[in-house]
Amino acid sequence: MEPFVTLHSTGVVLPLENVDTDQIIPARFLKTTDRLGLGTNLFADWRYDAAGAAKPEFVLNRPEAKTAQLLVAGKNFGCGSSREHAPWALLGYGFRAVVSSEFADIFRNNALGNGLLPIALPEPAVDRISALIAREPAARFTIDLVAQSFALPGGERFDFHVDPFARHCMLEGVDQLGYLANKEPEIAAFERTRAGVS
Amino acid sequence: MMQTTPRTLFAKLWDDHLIQPESESTPAVLYVDLHLVHEVTSPQAFSVLRERGLRVRRTDRTLATMDHSTPTTPRGLDGRIPVVDVQARAQLAQLEQNCADYGVPLFTLGSEHQGIVHVIGPELGFTQPGMTIVCGDSHTSTHGAFGALAFGIGTSEVAHVLATQCLLQRRALTMEVRMDGVLAPGVTAKDLILRLISEIGVGGATGHILEYTGSAIRALSMEERMTVCNMSIEAGARAGMIAPDETTFEYLAGRPHAPTGADWDVALARWRTFTADEGASHDRTVVLDANSIKPMITYGTNPGMGIAVDAPVPTPSQLSDASERRALEKALAYMALEPGEILLGKPVDVVFLGSCTNSRISDLRLAAAAMRGKRVASTVRMLVVPGSQEVKRQAEGEGLDEIFRAAGAEWREAGCSMCIAMNGDELAPGQYAVSTSNRNFEGRQGKGGRTFLASPLTAAATAIAGRIADARTIVGGR
Ligand code: SF4
Repeated sequence: MEPFVTLHSTGVVLPLENVDTDQIIPARFLKTTDRLGLGTNLFADWRYDAAGAAKPEFVLNRPEAKTAQLLVAGKNFGCGSSREHAPWALLGYGFRAVVSSEFADIFRNNALGNGLLPIALPEPAVDRISALIAREPAARFTIDLVAQSFALPGGERFDFHVDPFARHCMLEGVDQLGYLANKEPEIAAFERTRAGVS
Repeated sequence: MMQTTPRTLFAKLWDDHLIQPESESTPAVLYVDLHLVHEVTSPQAFSVLRERGLRVRRTDRTLATMDHSTPTTPRGLDGRIPVVDVQARAQLAQLEQNCADYGVPLFTLGSEHQGIVHVIGPELGFTQPGMTIVCGDSHTSTHGAFGALAFGIGTSEVAHVLATQCLLQRRALTMEVRMDGVLAPGVTAKDLILRLISEIGVGGATGHILEYTGSAIRALSMEERMTVCNMSIEAGARAGMIAPDETTFEYLAGRPHAPTGADWDVALARWRTFTADEGASHDRTVVLDANSIKPMITYGTNPGMGIAVDAPVPTPSQLSDASERRALEKALAYMALEPGEILLGKPVDVVFLGSCTNSRISDLRLAAAAMRGKRVASTVRMLVVPGSQEVKRQAEGEGLDEIFRAAGAEWREAGCSMCIAMNGDELAPGQYAVSTSNRNFEGRQGKGGRTFLASPLTAAATAIAGRIADARTIVGGR
């Protein structure tokens, strides 16, 4: 996993609430045994028409979206299916962070575990950021994971909070399995106390 | 004397599986009793084991099945179920290889216990009260019906559990959902959960574990409780739980993997402790009057967009919140519905009876009883997809398949089928379906397909009428 310390990027806005993981990556693309290649089909049914051509009106198809690493979306982002293919697809496309006023639980975990930063901000802050992007698509934001701050071009800042452990793993670029594997003695001891319990 | 705080059911199970409590800087290490695995969310997890030279720590606590990408078309002359999709075939072969390499028990396609992961766990007696159960699948919440702490995880976490039998977790909040009263004839557990989600919304329980209580819950059978817990995730909750009682124990007795003899007595004594203590407090409480529930149907593109089957579709201009208004407009545009429209009587193209929400024997019995001697409308294609091979055998033993076939419905092999549309069973663009599954997201049942979620009874009534029908009219409740 790539370390995440700071991000300096433009943003794109998907002004919808309850964006489910079936929209992020439709199920027909889950027949893969790999993590790669999912970015092409990110938001496939919103992004492409029946013939497979890009729909010009969809945000990700606008020229300024091509290089944005920050996605700004409505509340309850990532609800529905637990598919980790959702963060893989977002990362595959090039996003490194998502801003929303609320994330679905499983999505948030999946994102953090893969180095995609879910930034939960109060609704008015999300609205401010969205309005700014609508006015100035070239506006660049600075996300600092050490300070847990989200800065607007003018210097205005919003603080956000990330679980300290997940934050540590993201800053270092290490995944959580190593930590868990080191608990082997405790796990074995626990199992001995539960012998006979199914 | 030591004062003990009354604990919720969730708190008891949490404490019982805690290897290391959480601190400010580290999450808790939680032990997993049962890990269910399927073909779609596991390949990349096994790849992690391979990359790091790790083994599956407890193959005896791991169980794999094939369900999502499997076709449900009838068997060929050789008795095998043909997998025509090349990618699906590769994914299924990968699971077979992974299970063989790592010693994980697997029910392959066509084997006698194969089926939807959340149907086979309970029916084989693997799912038991007091357990922690996880699966790379959000509807793992189903198993909470037994008083287990059961929730969906991502693929990275699947690798964690395979390698260590543990998960890193932050403790969730709890929400009590109290439902008292009696469900009216024609109203089912599916209507009850659809009503709850329509009230609290698809993000209404985010960050919470639901504990269902009250007389209406106690009166439900195990299969009905599974329907309720199954859709907890549709309200944003990772898990839903119902404390075990005599109904639970009766269901479990004699199941292949349930304890027997003296072990049964020991287990039973332990299971009886898995109830919330008197006075245990929840972070939130929601109360619903079961008497007031009508057959429900969804009109939109998330499971919270539900109404009573005879109520008008909501009108965007009546919503004050701009974002909700936009969401409703978008949903109605996708569904091609008018504000204020009455869905009752609307023609549909497909009726799907199946999925981990409603594909158990009692669901099939309910629908079959309503369809006996009747015909599916000529304009409707109806698929009946049992949740497991076991359910299929049982249904065939009772002659339910004959009732469905005689009515003109398709009787299929077990699997997720049109719930997820990644196995050949799917809606054509623009088609309307009444579906007993759990998700009506855009394209969920096939690109461009339009889903109305409802109960098996509503599905049966609709199939016969060819139009969305009121289940109360076929059970004489009206
Ligand atoms: S039936 Fe549908 S919801 Fe249930 S496990 Fe299968 S795909 Fe998921």
